[in-house]
Amino acid sequence: MTIPAHPAITRYEILETASEQVLEEGRGLTQEQLLEVLRLPDEALPAALQLAHEVRLRHCGEDVEVEGIISIKTGGCPEDCHFCSQSGLFDSPVRGVWLDIPELVKAAKETAATGATEFCIVAAVRGPDIKLMNQIKFAIDRINEAVEINIACSLGMLTQHQVDQLAAWGVHRYNHNLETARSYFPQVVTTHSYEERLETCAMVKAAGMELCCGALIGMGESLEQRAELAAQLAALEPHEVPLNFLNPRPGTPLENQGIMDGKDALRAIAAFRLAMPRTVLRYAGGRELTLGDLGTRDGLLGGINAVIVGNYLTTLGRPADADLNLLVELNMPIKEFQKSL
Amino acid sequence: MKTVPAAGGANGSSNGPFCGHCGGPDGGGLPASDEHRRCVELLTLEPPRYCANCRRRMKVQVTPAGWSAECSRHGVLIR
Ligand code: SF4
Ligand SMILES: [Zn+2]
Ligand SMILES: [Zn+2]
Repeated sequence: MTIPAHPAITRYEILETASEQVLEEGRGLTQEQLLEVLRLPDEALPAALQLAHEVRLRHCGEDVEVEGIISIKTGGCPEDCHFCSQSGLFDSPVRGVWLDIPELVKAAKETAATGATEFCIVAAVRGPDIKLMNQIKFAIDRINEAVEINIACSLGMLTQHQVDQLAAWGVHRYNHNLETARSYFPQVVTTHSYEERLETCAMVKAAGMELCCGALIGMGESLEQRAELAAQLAALEPHEVPLNFLNPRPGTPLENQGIMDGKDALRAIAAFRLAMPRTVLRYAGGRELTLGDLGTRDGLLGGINAVIVGNYLTTLGRPADADLNLLVELNMPIKEFQKSL
Repeated sequence: MKTVPAAGGANGSSNGPFCGHCGGPDGGGLPASDEHRRCVELLTLEPPRYCANCRRRMKVQVTPAGWSAECSRHGVLIR
């Protein structure tokens, strides 16, 4: 797919620089350069998105990676991430609940039936205990017996032993988000540190699992901090970056934060792609609220190359068909299943 | 466990004395009263958290293709 250069690219110095540095040479933008992208005026947005799209096509290809996610243990988390309805420390209406394994296997099958190649099992915990690890092992075995899909996990902070166990069980990717910039993190989480998150990320990579490390933007961070976050993620060289937009949850400290502006969200998508030309950049939670149906299309034509289909952990997504039909319309093939590890 | 569609309106919102989204008192009529109009909109983006019959917080399970919400008193609502 070749696209004629957007005439506006040459009108903005940062986009011209990015065209050379990121598109041609494959080097992501620096933090200072990313800030310039985030500060581009609205008129420059189509050109920024188009450039990000070209970068994605050149360095990742046309495929879109489709994933389903499921919560094996919802709610009652001892941590205090201020955006999260699953923290047991806030007066949130979300109750603690465990999903049983047959339901989990059913969800994996339904996910695979959409064409998805990734199934991520998530638990609301600080880190897994033995009971959860045993459940995960059992779940992985039952899913592998039932359906062909890559299994990822997101179980909070891990010990080295747990990292080794998950790798040995064939978990091919592990999700552990940075969520926000280091400089803003203490405003959002006080029960664990940025360093602890980085430690888990480092262990996951060292064990040979793919690192999925995401962002949640729209939490009141400044543009500088958004650029800082993109640069900090890029430095980790994650295989995948899920990009979430705050969906203010009742009862959480961020419930009155308001929904982030759709154009700012699109600028962030372009910036994240220009920071990480080869990373799987996934649309994750909050896009329905922040961007609506049109935004989903703009993002897929602006640097995004992966989606979560169907529902999220505690909230509902667009119907899987809506996204899958859009991919057909945009002529973007779904990435095919390859068993990794 | 029984399925009780009566615990929810078109999208699990009302049809009981309480709002499924915020748990506040609700006339139970559809369309929802002004106070809960936003709640009804939000219930297209998330499952109900409160039982419309008794305002208990429900055990809600979300999967990629659906959700269920269980009130310990009034049973399970599935979509
Ligand atoms: S650790 Fe995860 S589940 Fe727990 S409060 Fe933070 S984001 Fe929510
Ligand atoms: Zn209400
Ligand atoms: Zn009830």
